[in-house]
Amino acid sequence: MNNGLNLKHLLGIRELSAEQIVHLLDTAESFRDISKREIKKVPALRGRTVINLFFEPSTRTRTSFEIAAKRLSADAINISVATSSVSKGETLLDTARNLEAMAPDCIVIRHSSAGAPYHLSRVCNAAIVNAGDGAHEHPTQALLDALTIREHKNRIEGLKVAIIGDILHSRVARSNIYLLSKLGAHVAVAGPGTLVPADFAGLIEQGVRLERRVEDAVADADVVMILRIQRERQTDAFFPSMREYAVHYGLHLSHLNLASPEAIVMHPGPMNRGIEISSEIADGGRSLILDQVTNGVAVRMAVLYLLAGTLDTRERTGAKPEFADSAAESSRAAGGVRGRTRRTKRGTRD
Amino acid sequence: MRLLIQNGYVIDPSQGVNAGRNVFIEDSQVVGFSSHGDPVPDGADVFDATGLIVAPGFIDMHVHLREPGHEYKETIASGAAAAIAGGFSTVCAMPNTNPVNDNAAVTRFVIEQAQRAGLANVFPIGAVTKNSEGNELAEMGEMKDAGIVAVSDDGRSVPNAAMMRRAMEYARGFDLPVIDHCEDKSLARESAMHEGHWSIVLGMRGAPAAAEEVDALRDYALAKLTAAHVHLAHVSTSGAVDAVRRAKAEGLQVTCEVAPHHWTLTDEAVAGERGGVLYDTNTKMNPPLRSREHLEAILEGLRDGTIDAIASDHAPHHADEKALEYDHAPAGIVGLETSIGLALDRLVNKGVISLERLVELCATNPARILKLEGRGTLRAGAKADITIIDPETTWVFDVSSAKSKSRNTPFDGYSLRGAAVATIVGGRIVFLREGYNRAGEAKHNHALVR
Repeated sequence: MNNGLNLKHLLGIRELSAEQIVHLLDTAESFRDISKREIKKVPALRGRTVINLFFEPSTRTRTSFEIAAKRLSADAINISVATSSVSKGETLLDTARNLEAMAPDCIVIRHSSAGAPYHLSRVCNAAIVNAGDGAHEHPTQALLDALTIREHKNRIEGLKVAIIGDILHSRVARSNIYLLSKLGAHVAVAGPGTLVPADFAGLIEQGVRLERRVEDAVADADVVMILRIQRERQTDAFFPSMREYAVHYGLHLSHLNLASPEAIVMHPGPMNRGIEISSEIADGGRSLILDQVTNGVAVRMAVLYLLAGTLDTRERTGAKPEFADSAAESSRAAGGVRGRTRRTKRGTRD
Repeated sequence: MRLLIQNGYVIDPSQGVNAGRNVFIEDSQVVGFSSHGDPVPDGADVFDATGLIVAPGFIDMHVHLREPGHEYKETIASGAAAAIAGGFSTVCAMPNTNPVNDNAAVTRFVIEQAQRAGLANVFPIGAVTKNSEGNELAEMGEMKDAGIVAVSDDGRSVPNAAMMRRAMEYARGFDLPVIDHCEDKSLARESAMHEGHWSIVLGMRGAPAAAEEVDALRDYALAKLTAAHVHLAHVSTSGAVDAVRRAKAEGLQVTCEVAPHHWTLTDEAVAGERGGVLYDTNTKMNPPLRSREHLEAILEGLRDGTIDAIASDHAPHHADEKALEYDHAPAGIVGLETSIGLALDRLVNKGVISLERLVELCATNPARILKLEGRGTLRAGAKADITIIDPETTWVFDVSSAKSKSRNTPFDGYSLRGAAVATIVGGRIVFLREGYNRAGEAKHNHALVR
């Protein structure tokens, strides 16, 4: 797997090393530029097929992956299955085998069952990218969050990060805690006692700081991440009402004043304005919510490029590598990408 | 037919025998012991058990044979074949079939199918409530007349404490123990594994240990109230072991069993730690694999006598079902063919329990709990059900050659020291492990090897 990443699938952040994470972020940085051009397309993945297999409704993540694939000239196919295939009679593995028979290079999967991408990775030749599996992980979200933090803080190491909300059910929280701590940040979490289980403290070796009050988690923080709260948590008795949640666990300006003066605010979307985040913060100068979305495309381009562009198909067909994709080169800025683009054109003319 | 099991080492806790003896059986009964070197009775076949342990036939009091209703997972015949291959002369079939064994007709069907198979003894366990729904008592008296040895709504607990009380009071009139699968459904709702560090890491809903402990403590209180016999199935938590320990100290009729996977694996296995793969559905069972401290509590309960029995909770599922997503896959693993191996390897050979205690857990106590007349003992006149063990042989479990119809096990490829090598049911040698024969030749070779 000569993609400088030594990785066939992107299933979770927990399994990644700090070096692999930095390599992904550096590659993403080099791709960010492409989306700012007039012609937002490079032929890096021309002839490659990316299937977005979504078993859960998603607009943002699916669109982001689709745009990322298209800007790399891959053929992107979206398959949305309203519910788990179990209820339709076909199993996940049969669905996967059928798709596999059409020789995709990459399958991006979102599924409500934790671990579903792992099952897929055991039967598929294609590179599997986890776009969110149950409450387990959402690796590309953590990568785009890290890219956004790095863009604004120029570092991750040593930063204090507060994550507020429904920690228990959040794959975003898990992936972010792994990633940020691997890169040397310190993470504190806060939320209702029902949604911040004590076992979270031991999620990572160096420990996660659990706080009862939002104020205590946010104090001196450099980064404040707000998680979406889902209405069904109220009917499941995790908290009494959205109103009370908003009062006690929503992020207000008064909280933010406790954070570092340069603190930035992030939210993975979609937001419940006035519930977990007040509009004045969401629309305020410290909010990077739309930057996150922009960086999402760059991160997903990097992931697809590194996983779908360099390994499996080539191994399968025995074709020569199209790109000299050493770690050094792909981590070079956008110029590196342009350089590879030219070589591709030359290659196709031969 | 006369058979002398010669030169073996007999362990029979029911009569305090722990010595080198020959066992003489005639037709389907034990006649008695003789000393090594005594002459072979006239016309008797000889089974040379030199270097082997001879024990009363092992009883697995908690298995799912899936017939009627789920024959694609297991049948009574295939389950019985797995039982004897695992060293069990007797198994007790849980009632959660389709239809549920909640009436005498189903009870009789199970017994007839077992007789047709002619391999292991199969004693059915009847349901506590009709269709195991927890609303109305099942006809325990009629099922007892037809042959059940206990009642249980296994797979679920009797959710309502008042119903459990009535069941215990009523079952007591028929001298039937009530076997309870302790699990508070409101706490364990939609869980796929044990709640703790690994459920947090893996992002799956967990069942807290408290879900089992709440019900175990409820049953303890109800045993005190009713003076009935309650048996806690497959205890997996320190709190449930403690509840049984306390009940016994107070002289209540509370017994319990433990399954091999709960002393062998922890919830780390779900995360593929120590050599497995992440989200392997063969690590999904109910009660779930628990954390280390619970495993230690199980070992302590085995050591100090709190735990009465070893039961595999043999739960066959088709490969297609186990190929589903972890949270959708059914819970349970096959266990009959690995139970004794795991007990010898992990308990006896690691010094947790003695061989004598193992025989107690696998034969003496299950027979006593279920009041199985003439079983769990080698007294003169007892049924000639015998399990012969080689505690030293090292073997590798290969699920592809297993007798069960299903393959759902996390123990494929496990190398284990100790195995059941022969199973005798009603005086007939129904199973002889590959590499062993009546003349004891293979065993002698193996003795040379070691």
